[in-house]
Formats: sequence, C-alpha cells, structure tokens
Amino acid sequence: MSATTLPPTALQADAPITLRAHLRHTGALIRRNLLWIRQDPESMFDAILFPVIFTLLFVYVFGGSIGQSLGGGQEAYVQYVVPGLMAMMGMNMAQGVGTGFNTDFNSGVMDRFRSLPIGRGSVLFAKIAVEVMRMLIATAVLMVVGVLVGFHITNWPGLFASVGLSAIFGSALMWVFLTLGVIMKSAQSVQAMGFLVLMPLQFGSSIFAPTKSMPGWLQNFTEYNPLSSLADAARGLMVGGPVAHGLWVTLGWSLALTVVMAPIAIHKFRTKS
Amino acid sequence: MTRIDKNPHGGGAAVTVRGLVKHFGETKALDGVDLDVREGTVMGVLGPNGAGKTTLVRILSTLTAPDAGHAVVAGYDVVRQPRQLRRVIGLTGQYASVDEKLPGWENLYLIGRLLDLSRKDARARADELLERFSLTEAAKRPAGTYSGGMRRRLDLAASMIGRPAVLYLDEPTTGLDPRTRNEVWSEVKTMVGDGVTVLLTTQYMEEAEQLATELTVVDRGKVIAGGAIDELKARVGGRTLRVRPLDPLELRPLAGMLDELGITGLATTTVDTESGDLLVPILSDEQLTAVVGAVTARGITLSSISTELPSLDEVFLSLTGHRASAPQDATPAEDREEVAV
Repeated sequence: MSATTLPPTALQADAPITLRAHLRHTGALIRRNLLWIRQDPESMFDAILFPVIFTLLFVYVFGGSIGQSLGGGQEAYVQYVVPGLMAMMGMNMAQGVGTGFNTDFNSGVMDRFRSLPIGRGSVLFAKIAVEVMRMLIATAVLMVVGVLVGFHITNWPGLFASVGLSAIFGSALMWVFLTLGVIMKSAQSVQAMGFLVLMPLQFGSSIFAPTKSMPGWLQNFTEYNPLSSLADAARGLMVGGPVAHGLWVTLGWSLALTVVMAPIAIHKFRTKS
Repeated sequence: MTRIDKNPHGGGAAVTVRGLVKHFGETKALDGVDLDVREGTVMGVLGPNGAGKTTLVRILSTLTAPDAGHAVVAGYDVVRQPRQLRRVIGLTGQYASVDEKLPGWENLYLIGRLLDLSRKDARARADELLERFSLTEAAKRPAGTYSGGMRRRLDLAASMIGRPAVLYLDEPTTGLDPRTRNEVWSEVKTMVGDGVTVLLTTQYMEEAEQLATELTVVDRGKVIAGGAIDELKARVGGRTLRVRPLDPLELRPLAGMLDELGITGLATTTVDTESGDLLVPILSDEQLTAVVGAVTARGITLSSISTELPSLDEVFLSLTGHRASAPQDATPAEDREEVAV
C-alpha cells in the first residue's frame, strides 16, 4: 500500500494505548450512555421513583411498629431507615447495570466496539461512571423525600461521606453484575440471578430493621454482610453512632470485589466469542 | 512490524489465512481454511448459512480466537497483534452494527473519538461521511428509525471512519430488497475505487459477481473451490432462465412441457410464486433457443423472459455434486417452490 493512502492511525498502529487515550475512549462512551438517557428519559424512572416508593412504604407501613422497638415511634424509624435505604440505592443500581449491559451486549454494537483499538476496560468504565451518576440522582431524591417525611441530618459532612461510601461500594458491586451481564445468555436470567443473590443480602441486613431480635446465626451473617456495614456506617456518619466497624468492613468488601471482579469482567468482555 | 511475503501475482497480500480451525463444541465452524486476499482487490467468500463465513470474519477482526492455524491481516497477526490489527480494519455486517438509540451523526462521532480523532476531526469526518453516504438529512434522527438501506449505509460509513486498509463486509445485503441492495452495491464499489481491500461474505452468486474479483466457495468450514470469478463462472457453466407466462395458470403446464423436452440444467426447475416466474436452469444457448421455440410452438404468451447467474444451489451442485448444506434464510430463494415432476 502506498504511503498516501495510509490513514494517520495506521501509521501509529504499533503505538500502545496511552492513559490519555483510555480517558478519551471512556469519555466518548460516557457521552454515548448519556445520550441514551436523553433519547429515552423513561430509563431514569427507576432512579427517581424507587427512592420515593421505598421511603414512603417503609416509613408508613413498618415505621410505627419497628419504631416502637427502637424506643420511639415513626420518627425514630425515619432516622433509622433513611440511611439504610441509601445503602440500598447503590445495590439496586448495580443490579440494573447487569441487565442493561446484557441487552446492550447482544445488540451487535459491542462487536463494533470490541473490534476497535480502544482501551480494554473503557466500555465498562463508562458504564459504571454513568450508573454512579444515576445512583447519585437516586440518592438526592431519597434525601429530599427523607427530609419531607421528617429525617434530620445531624452531620452534613457525614452525609457526603456516606454518599461517597455507598458510591464506592455500588461501583464495586457493579463489576459483579457486569460480569454476569457478559457471561449470562439473557437479560432475564441476569435479573433473576441478581434477585436471588440480593434478596437475602438485602433483608438479612440492618437496612430495614435492627438485628438484635434476629436469631444468632442470622446476626452472625448480618455482622459481615456488606449491606449491613454500609447501612450502619451511613447511619453513624449522618445521625451519629458507631462508624469504624461498618466503614472498614464496607471498604474491605469494596476493595475485594473490585480487585477480584474487575479483571474478570474485563477479561470476559474482551474474550466473549 | 512483521511484514508478510509479497504475493507473486502483484500487490502485497492484505490477508493471509493458513489452516484456520475453530470448533464450537461438536460443530466445526472452520475446519482448516486457507485464504489469500491481494491488496486492493475484493475477495468474495460464498457459502450457505453455517458454512463458517461469519466465524472467519470474527476471527479476522479479533472478536473470536481461533483454535488452530494462523491469520495475518495488513501485516499483523490476529492473535499476537490484535491492538495493531484493530487500527487497520473496518467491520460491517449482519452482526457488527450501529447504535440504534443514537442519532446517525452521534454514531459516527463516537467511533471517530474511539479511533483517537480530535473532537474537531471527529466532527468533520462525521459530517463528511454522512454527506458521502447521503444521510445528511437523517443526521439527527436515531438510527433505530432508519430504513434497512439507510442503516446499512450508516454501517458502511461507520466502518470507513478510520480509513481502514482492509474492510470486512459480512453479508452486507442479506435481508434487503433489490433496490436497496443495488444502492449498497454502488456504495461498496465507490469504496473499492478508493483502494481499500475488501473481504466480502455472501450467499448470492450475483452479489459476488457484482463486487468481487476473486471468489472462494466455502461449505461446512472448508474451502471447496476458489479462483478468479470468471474462471469459476465458466466452471459452473449454468445460467438460470426466468420466464413469466402472461397467464399464471400456464406456469405448471409450461414447467411440465419443458421437462418433457428434457431441458434441464444443474438444478431443478422451480417456480417463484411471488413473481409468477418459472426458473429454468440451462447450460447452453441452444437450450435457451429450444425453450423459446417450444413456448412459441405451444402458443403460450410470455410477459417477460431473462437470464440470470446461477443460484447458490446450482453453484454448489456443479462444484460439489451436492446441494448447499444448510437451509438458506431471508433470501429470494425462499419464495421459490419446487415443481413436482
């Protein structure tokens, strides 16, 4: 081939993919995912409605009776459950990412992306970045609804710290669901799998109710359930109480999930036939 | 970079495939395929569904790893140098696709950015290619609202953003109506005029004839014939005569009559129920003349008569003695029904 027909990129075909290029690719793909939301605003409904419905349901259905065991009433339960629901936001968004990614993966666009000289993980990083944004929106809605039903934030810096902590845990969990999204055949099975794994984690935790009245074996489980730790840490940070144990267990889980699952997700993404 | 041997026939080899094997469980998608595509030429890979065409394209675009054998594209090994390889190829086809939720312009801009063009260059390239593929008016509409032909054109535009040295077209017109198919063909011809090397997979002899200079025929993961397209056409020898009686009720009597005369080619006479045409495979001009004579003698009025290239089935029958191994889908052939004789 003659030099004049060679594209600029082909001349640099041997060059490695730089960190700047990685960021550029991830940025371009984030733009793609944001355009999806603009094209299909209904895809934001879950992020907006989910915190509203859950807050109202739990506060008005269970608030009175669980609040009594907390030594107060519905007001006491609001202080208890809103930080718990914040922990749940990250998890719920993470579950959705697997389903959406599976649909995307089977559409043929991914084949095009995978045949392009882009950073190995950029498609996945972009997906996580946009999901974290969605999660932050859901959390903001939760806080507004929470305050409307009587939630008092006693420690504002603690609020931001707990939002950060749940974003860290949420994105770590997303690697698990991205892996499922890549390896499982259909979006339905990703959803079913996510449901099976997350239901026990979610309810076998301190998110919705104190663990004191649970049987001993379940208390042991909740002790190291990352969702309990996240909920406890968020509670401690926002309304006061012990923070350290929950914080370290959550960060430990986040680190472990990311270190193990991110390379697996990227590898499966690159090598799926 | 590792350069491959120059091909003695002229230009350098753009694609060299040796002993490529890929099994999916029991299925041998590729069972030892050899292929050479010279630079600046169009290689057609002709075969039925399940012949291994798509697996070949997926391996050559680094989407699937081969089990054995090797392949070099534009000087780069598909297994050892995937990153370099991805910088010099373009991929279009039934599987690689555009993002339906994004507007046409955004699809092209995205790929420009992923190919490391600056924002300004990516914008300019998106505008330029939309113009070139006559999509400027639809630039802001989501690709999901495009017609089949527009989508394929956007697909072609997307694969041209990086000015690839080698372009793969995987069944570029499967499922398109004849008019749209012609549109896509003329775009591909323009691209070939610009000097890109093309590997085209197809189920249609007619498409191969329109676009390819050389042809490789594959079946069940194996190459069963190959060479210049004119050589292969001469080897196949047959043509299909398409006749349409004015009165559709005369279709079957006409078919019976031709059978009595013993006019047969490589495949069986079939009826295209959609158009009301009788498709008669013939081998020579004498047979053509005999058909016309017989029709005249019986006083049957024809509304149209034409000849076309042999179908995939006829190509296979003449090259291998058996029919194409897997049923075809979404081809004009599915409207045909065999005439009981």
